[in-house]
Amino acid sequence: MQVYADNAATTAMSQVAINAMLPYFDKIYGNPSSLHSVGQRAKEALDAARATVAQCLGCEPREIIFTSGGSEADNQAIISAARFGAKKGKKHIISTAFEHHAVLHTLAKLEKEGFEVTYLDVHNNHNVSAQQVKDAIRPDTCLVTTMYANNEIGSVLPIAEIGAICKEAGVIFHTDAVQAVGHLHINVKEQNIDMLSLSAHKFHGPKGVGALYVRKGIPLVNIIEGGAQERGKRAGTENLPGICGMAAAMKDACDHIDENMPKVAAMRDRLIEGLSKIPHSAVNGDLVHRLPGNVSFCFEGIEGESLLLLLDANGVCASSGSACTSGSLDPSHVLLAIGRVHDVAHGSLRLSLCEYNTEEEVDHILKVVPEVVQYLRNMSPVWRDLQTGKRQYIL
Amino acid sequence: MALYSEKVMDHFMHPRNVGTIDDADGVGEVGNAKCGDIMKIYLKIENDIIEDVKFETFGCGSAIASSSMATEMIKGKSIHEALELTNKAVAEALDGLPAHKMHCSVLAEEAIKNALKDYFDKNNIPYDHKMYEEMDHEQLHNQVHGE
Repeated sequence: MQVYADNAATTAMSQVAINAMLPYFDKIYGNPSSLHSVGQRAKEALDAARATVAQCLGCEPREIIFTSGGSEADNQAIISAARFGAKKGKKHIISTAFEHHAVLHTLAKLEKEGFEVTYLDVHNNHNVSAQQVKDAIRPDTCLVTTMYANNEIGSVLPIAEIGAICKEAGVIFHTDAVQAVGHLHINVKEQNIDMLSLSAHKFHGPKGVGALYVRKGIPLVNIIEGGAQERGKRAGTENLPGICGMAAAMKDACDHIDENMPKVAAMRDRLIEGLSKIPHSAVNGDLVHRLPGNVSFCFEGIEGESLLLLLDANGVCASSGSACTSGSLDPSHVLLAIGRVHDVAHGSLRLSLCEYNTEEEVDHILKVVPEVVQYLRNMSPVWRDLQTGKRQYIL
Repeated sequence: MALYSEKVMDHFMHPRNVGTIDDADGVGEVGNAKCGDIMKIYLKIENDIIEDVKFETFGCGSAIASSSMATEMIKGKSIHEALELTNKAVAEALDGLPAHKMHCSVLAEEAIKNALKDYFDKNNIPYDHKMYEEMDHEQLHNQVHGE
């Protein structure tokens, strides 16, 4: 049995999305910028896709910019809001300690240019509260950028509350919703979201395509200069197959959200309950406000990469925040931000489910993970020291 | 996974010499949990020959494979041959390690040297102390991993 439980990394494309893309490789191959009929057919498809994406988010089509993915959307949103703020002398940004690197690295760049960034603490419930945002807002705050839901530990942030606070304070609110779109109900107007980033391949769409929603009136700065595509805000001939695949996948996901959410959450809860029985383990992330598909654990006494390799050999594809899997000396910044010490953060496991997973697959994971954890603990000098009292348990 | 050679995967999936030796003549432990890798080597030595060797490792796939390969390479050999085992030889025997994993083979070499040092110290056997001067783990770790 091969179980794919790494849907937060990427998802399999849906047949709906594949079918939606196919005509745009050969039959409708035109450039939407061309005036002739071949081009105009492509333009119609582009407009239709934009309308679909807008409808799923509850905004107007002209508020959608197609991008190469979530990272580009994050970059453009944050840099645009920062430049807009700087013109008015506002150079303070509020974010969180457990953002994706697409956000953190963009903020780091702005810090070098003289912006000041407040990174909200995420120790409490492995989440941030709207009150924390409210308390951090200053007269010179130009942007609040918080993720909608965390990719590693699954915490879902109080987006509507943060949106209301930002609206009242007159501060632009951007959310990196890459993990949330297609999985949670989103309405940018009702939730007072000014900018939102999304990525198609997280909801069974194609890779290399995403979108940025920008509320009317917020001026965008170009990341890619060139032609006048995307109302002059994002140059380059549109990735029409990708955009049409994304729109179809998004509509499909949003149409089925009410049936998928409880189904996936039930499998998630069964995994969390079952894996919690492993001694000296801990769940990461907010247990109440949580992505339907996210299961995140730390297991004491073992290291994540060897855990992943053995799980893979036993038919389970998962991911980890250990240093060895991140390619650096430090384990995941998200796990460190919620207060996991290095020793424990190295032994992390993330399983991320989607509606394609089955109860049988959950059974398989529940059988394999405890066995592999025990196997690795049996050869771990750290585990021996913990068991013989030479080292104190952390979890 | 194409991340590792078949040899590495073989030694990771079927590690040789896992375990402990209760009446070991020399024990060496290197690494720390903060960095995510610890290796512990147990030696049984008779007449300068490594009669038995066991290891315990907390770490990634290449750390486990390096321990396994290194123990295989010194088993039945003389302590002098074991002292000459280099991390490079371990990595080569594994058909290579990814650049950012070379550190694991260094740990294996260090763990064996430390276990031999323990044996020398316990038995008042003279040895070249200079050999152990550059054994600062943090330093080696940073050196091998880069920034």
